[in-house]
Amino acid sequence: MKLENVKDFFVTQYGIITSNRFGKFGAAIILFFGVVALLAPWIAPHELWESLRDSNGKLAMLRPPSLEFPLGTTAMGRDILSQMIFATRTTFLIGLVSGLISIVIGANIGLFSAFYGGKLDEILMRFTDIVYGMPFLPFLIVLISLFGRNIWFVIIAICCIVWRTSARVVRSQALAIRQRQFIMAARARGCSNLRIIYGHIMPNILPLLLLYTSFNIAWSVLAEAGASFLGFSDPDNLTWGGILYNLWISGKIRTAWWWFAWPSICIILLVSSLVFISRAYEEVANPRLKQR
Amino acid sequence: MAILEVSDLKQYFYLQPTFLGKLVGGAKPRIIKAVDGVSFTMQHGEILGVAGESGCGKSTACLAIAKLREPTGGDILYKERNIAEMSKSETRNYRREVQLIFQDPYESLNPRYTVFDSVAEPLRALTDKSKAEIRERTNETIALAGLTPEEYKNRYPHQMSGGERQRVGIAQALVLEPKLVIADEPLSMLDVSIRAGILDLIRDLSKRMNFSCIYISHDLSILSNISERLMIMYLGRIMELGVTRDVITDAHHPYARALIAAVPIPDPAYKRPIPKIRGEVAQPIDPPPGCRFQTRCLQVMDICRDTEPPLKEVKPGHAVACHLY
Amino acid sequence: MILEIENLKTYYKIEKGVVKANDGISLSIKENEVVGLAGESGCGKSTLIRTIIRLVPQSAQVTADKMNFMDQDILAMPEKDFREKILWQGIALVPQSAMNALNPVYRVGDQCTEAISAHTDYDKAECEQIVKRLFDTVGLQAGMMKAYPHEFSGGMRQRAMIAMSLLLSPALVIMDEPTTGLDVLVQERILRSIKEIRQKSESAVSILLITHDISVIAEMSDRIGIMYAGRLMESAESMELFNEPYHPYTLGLKNAFPSIKALDRELISIPGSPPNLIEDIPGCLFAFRCPFVIPECEKTRPPDLEIKPGHMVHCIRTDDVEEFRKLAGDKKTWQSSRSAT
Repeated sequence: MKLENVKDFFVTQYGIITSNRFGKFGAAIILFFGVVALLAPWIAPHELWESLRDSNGKLAMLRPPSLEFPLGTTAMGRDILSQMIFATRTTFLIGLVSGLISIVIGANIGLFSAFYGGKLDEILMRFTDIVYGMPFLPFLIVLISLFGRNIWFVIIAICCIVWRTSARVVRSQALAIRQRQFIMAARARGCSNLRIIYGHIMPNILPLLLLYTSFNIAWSVLAEAGASFLGFSDPDNLTWGGILYNLWISGKIRTAWWWFAWPSICIILLVSSLVFISRAYEEVANPRLKQR
Repeated sequence: MAILEVSDLKQYFYLQPTFLGKLVGGAKPRIIKAVDGVSFTMQHGEILGVAGESGCGKSTACLAIAKLREPTGGDILYKERNIAEMSKSETRNYRREVQLIFQDPYESLNPRYTVFDSVAEPLRALTDKSKAEIRERTNETIALAGLTPEEYKNRYPHQMSGGERQRVGIAQALVLEPKLVIADEPLSMLDVSIRAGILDLIRDLSKRMNFSCIYISHDLSILSNISERLMIMYLGRIMELGVTRDVITDAHHPYARALIAAVPIPDPAYKRPIPKIRGEVAQPIDPPPGCRFQTRCLQVMDICRDTEPPLKEVKPGHAVACHLY
Repeated sequence: MILEIENLKTYYKIEKGVVKANDGISLSIKENEVVGLAGESGCGKSTLIRTIIRLVPQSAQVTADKMNFMDQDILAMPEKDFREKILWQGIALVPQSAMNALNPVYRVGDQCTEAISAHTDYDKAECEQIVKRLFDTVGLQAGMMKAYPHEFSGGMRQRAMIAMSLLLSPALVIMDEPTTGLDVLVQERILRSIKEIRQKSESAVSILLITHDISVIAEMSDRIGIMYAGRLMESAESMELFNEPYHPYTLGLKNAFPSIKALDRELISIPGSPPNLIEDIPGCLFAFRCPFVIPECEKTRPPDLEIKPGHMVHCIRTDDVEEFRKLAGDKKTWQSSRSAT
């Protein structure tokens, strides 16, 4: 029975996302990037760090897009298309993992805060306030500097911050649900606290959770892009932001427009798509929006 | 052995003084004495009606009896065991045996659960039954509540009418085969033409499954139809308690008399007498000493203002809390 | 004749189709008369009220053969005129849960006097006199005029709303569930106030009382109409409706109400629920729940028969009413209707 439920779940979510024009567009883009990320090693024409030579034997430096190098090359003669493909995988991974972990953290803090109230609520919310007060990028940079430039530390650093908004929002929705009579009924029917939190309150805030999952992934992608553009990323695992960083340190940012364009466009596309999907969920979470 | 024995139940709420009050000084927290000394017993299988206007404490008292809120004072003995002293496992058992039916059929069901999930939930939460056992018992109970399982088990609350939802609520309460059911105004939010059906359901099931029932309502007409004994509360205290027929036809307490006089009758020829009562319903905040009814009673005496009248039997099985007797 | 409505139809157009909220209602209210409309949820009461005071949305289709208030056609009247001349001065409304309709930051007395002076030329002192007099009629002390709404109890607020509805001496007051949700002693006080208003009022006032509580209707009305699924199933003078009911729905309702004067009477409920008003039901709207249904009932809409002067029944089987009255008292009769399975 559980497997059926999972399948149903994804089918329903797909339905919700695609019910909206924006959602359809967003889903398409994400699907595209997802496929690229998955098949990266097989579809990339060249290696990630391979310096390539052209037909004349010369190092293919800073070539604009051509038939041979559809997205152009870098200052070291590397094929940007291949770089983009591999970077898609990394960026996608970081975004997804960070986003999911942060929503799990944020949702649980919000749920437990709302359900138990009192001292726990105060402590958790004051902690959230403190994290809220921290500036995003500088804090990220500090954490990455502390932990080291490794892809997993980057993920952890991002998670440390991105959870804060979802905690607040989940808490306020959960508080509203907690007042409703079916929660008292659940208590009367013998449900334990955990059962009420996960079995009764959470299902009722699901649209909100999914909305913020999407947002969290978007913020994670942005955070990562920002941090790696400034150089705070794993040098072995290239991301779109990392490509931009390489461009920056080469000093060719004013001349090699192709090197700049593709990563930037992709970042914008991915983040926008995620936000569009959030929009589709917003209509479910707040049906009044649909009427407009 | 009585199934339930409530002694001197008290539930007080403390209103913090306003900031200004504290600033100006001298403002004490005000006390809302929602339930102030309620004592009664219930036998196995009986239906006890609890009547009273809003603010009389009937729902508050029953929340304490259902162990959903800790009382400020007094003892509640279930099968001669004090529920305040129960261990965790005893409490789980208590929940199996003492259940509630809620007033609002629209609000008391989880909107994300199907009928089947809602009714199976108590079983899943409180018992170790196997999936097959749960399925059987759930379908059985859904049918018992008057709904055909095949048709209803996959429906969501928003796909059903008020009466159907209330039946689901009843099924939820009965799936564990409780011994005591507390029904808090289960009919007040339903259409009048279907109330009788739900009332009959509760009555029949109470006899068939042999559970006692505390039926709370402000509607004396309904109580007169379903309850065997009737208890009338006012501002947290019991004013009169006895066999329903006795209380309705031979009410002693001035409040009970006024309440019964005020009940409208579906008969245009009936000329309703003016209830002998004055003033508006009071709040149970910082009540004065003595009888709670003193501010509205037309027969108030000096003794009423300083001593609380005890609940005393005026006839076998019929008790009144009034200094007139 | 204060209010005359003939064949009123209010249809709402929604995505899925047309909801026939009111489908041919005819009723009339005389001077100084209380007409009670009884009906459960979904019967169309709210729509009827909104149609009379012209608060239906633009997308609603309202048609009627006649809709006159004191011989003026209020359906054809431009909205501006209706709002300025008829609303509140001619027809006043005490809405459901009226207690929440008062502005919490103004004193109640001020709200009343402002309402009067906005519509008339009376000066402040005269306005206050009127308010004082009306407060007295509903049993509120004059001192309460200086109080704020939160200082009133629920019942008192309801009485204040009733007093407010009478400020401009309307000819008709529509009361929508005036006592629902209130305790029985409070209810009694309000109903008594309404009776006192009728006795004391210098200018006669008619009342259209709408509620699902049959006991309240029985006590207050001169004439009663039973509404179901957007139509009137039966209407007659109160005593006659109770002593000689004709329509099966009326018979069912009578047995559904417990009474403390009849402790041993068996309560019977009507199985099923009201029909979905979007569906096109060719025959009688009650047929599905009726234990006395015959195939004819489901083919064509029954006519509005005037079985006796002043007594209307919307049913084709009025000849068998004696038998029905006997059978309706038996639970098994109602179990046999199609909706019970």
